[in-house]
Amino acid sequence: MVQTGRTAATREALGPTLVRLAREGLDIVVVDADLGVSTTAAQFGREFPERFFTMGVAEQNAVGVAAGLAATGKVAFVSSFAVFIPGHCYDQVRMAVAQPNLNVKIAASHGGIVTGEDGASAQSLEDLALMLALPTFRVIVPADVVECAQAIEEAARRYGPFYIRMVRPKVPVIYDESYRFQLGKAHRLREGEDVTIMAIGVMVPAALEAAEILAREGIGCRVLNMASLRPLDEEAIVAAARETGGIVTAEDHSVHGGLGSLVTRVTARECPVPVACVGMETFGTSGRWDELLQHFELTPQRLAAEARRLVERKRGEG
Amino acid sequence: MRRHIIRMTAAAGSGHPGGSLSCVEILVALYFHALRHDPANPYWPQRDRFVLSKGHATPAYYAVLAEAGYFPPEELLTFRRLGSRLQGHTVMGCPPGVEMSAGALGMGLSFAVGLALGARLDGAAWRVYCLLSDGDCNEGQTWEAAMAAAHHRLDGLTAIVDYNRIQNDGFSDYAHYRGNDSRGRTGGWVGPDGYTVNIMSLEPFADKWLAFGWHVLECDGHDLRQVTAALDEAKGVRGRPTVIICHTVKGKGVSFMEHNPAFHGKAPTAEQAEQALRELEG
Repeated sequence: MVQTGRTAATREALGPTLVRLAREGLDIVVVDADLGVSTTAAQFGREFPERFFTMGVAEQNAVGVAAGLAATGKVAFVSSFAVFIPGHCYDQVRMAVAQPNLNVKIAASHGGIVTGEDGASAQSLEDLALMLALPTFRVIVPADVVECAQAIEEAARRYGPFYIRMVRPKVPVIYDESYRFQLGKAHRLREGEDVTIMAIGVMVPAALEAAEILAREGIGCRVLNMASLRPLDEEAIVAAARETGGIVTAEDHSVHGGLGSLVTRVTARECPVPVACVGMETFGTSGRWDELLQHFELTPQRLAAEARRLVERKRGEG
Repeated sequence: MRRHIIRMTAAAGSGHPGGSLSCVEILVALYFHALRHDPANPYWPQRDRFVLSKGHATPAYYAVLAEAGYFPPEELLTFRRLGSRLQGHTVMGCPPGVEMSAGALGMGLSFAVGLALGARLDGAAWRVYCLLSDGDCNEGQTWEAAMAAAHHRLDGLTAIVDYNRIQNDGFSDYAHYRGNDSRGRTGGWVGPDGYTVNIMSLEPFADKWLAFGWHVLECDGHDLRQVTAALDEAKGVRGRPTVIICHTVKGKGVSFMEHNPAFHGKAPTAEQAEQALRELEG
């Protein structure tokens, strides 16, 4: 299950999964805004040209067109970069998809600072906050390409709006094919009773590495992959709070409105424990994606340090 | 229809009478002539689709839907009230027959393009109609959609513009502005009565649609015969979408509302409503 040693970009799952699902008979259409080659959605266009609609660099229109296609009974995928959908067309996502609850799936690549060299304008750090504010959207942040393929299939087979956030670079593949993504369920990757790290996306492998560091110090760190942000596994959060007494959240996204906000809302209500939210607090900048993670301290070492602090605090109070 | 509009907005104490009165004939021509639809079966798959992009024209839209048989006309007076199906701006499926949510301008034509692509993919014969306002045509998204509709050769799509040339803040251009103090000005400016003048001219309007690859028709939007004839002609056009630019009068039918920006987004008072109803009876 864990740490296969292979790397892949989560966006690589999009095109092949859509092709497979369409071959299996799902009534999928893809609306493209001139980034289908990057998001890999164009692979679907090669296989099913009559179901692949190019709209040019016009995301507002692309989202509206996807909504219209969905209203005729299609499973409408619209694909771009997260800074463009939802970033460039939030009102269209809100009014043309979310409010009427149409069967549109937004597959957004280039989430987070790991987008890398293109710099701050291309690095979406706000998309999860935007999407989570829309009550009808299911929001998924797959940790690797295996989980991403399954999340896409889940989105395609269930009615209603979905947002799937993918990344540009080749990141560690942590799951093998025996893994089963479950909507609304956190996946416990590592047991531990002293502290919990909850992570999404590229921060999941970082959390696993942090747990290794902590284990060497005699600290048992639970690691949860929180890929399903909505529906959210509140039970897993409450259990982590009760059983481990401290939580570190980790996301390549603004600390405002993402995983950390979701988790603290649940703990504040059900079981108040210290929660350290690790994420972005500024805009990004250009650089190699792995350098950027170091630069902005989205690292295993940082997560371990935050977890250690929570454990020390708990022991001090005990 | 016009009396419904006055009664609804007056009862609600808010709403958009001006741009509702301007599109009455257009909606009547659609629902009582052009559209293949079945009010008893609002989700009939083979129905023609009508998308109201100017989502604030709900008084006219709901009045026509009610009179066409989608819901009882008595419900019209619940407009904008808590618990009513008739929200201030449209919500998809509320009541059944309302094809899409709207309210933020510029979104309807994209949705209509998606519908038309879906119909073509399914080999279906139903057509798509979309009603736009001046404000809709200020929005860049409308022109993205216009480009896409022509690019994809959607001859099953007809756009209709309620071209009354008055919008939220005042006069879209100089067509209906009575003053003569425009000399030397560029762009928009706030006139002596507080309304903005020359907000964003769409002229040359027909040329814009032509340049985007559309078949363009123009008519008097208050002449039912002209509007229905244009809708009929659009059905026969092949290889490109059609736009019908309907020249209309904001507030049409009520003397003190005609060409008056004050009644874009403001309901008549009880006295004004009474006078309006008297004029409309006569």
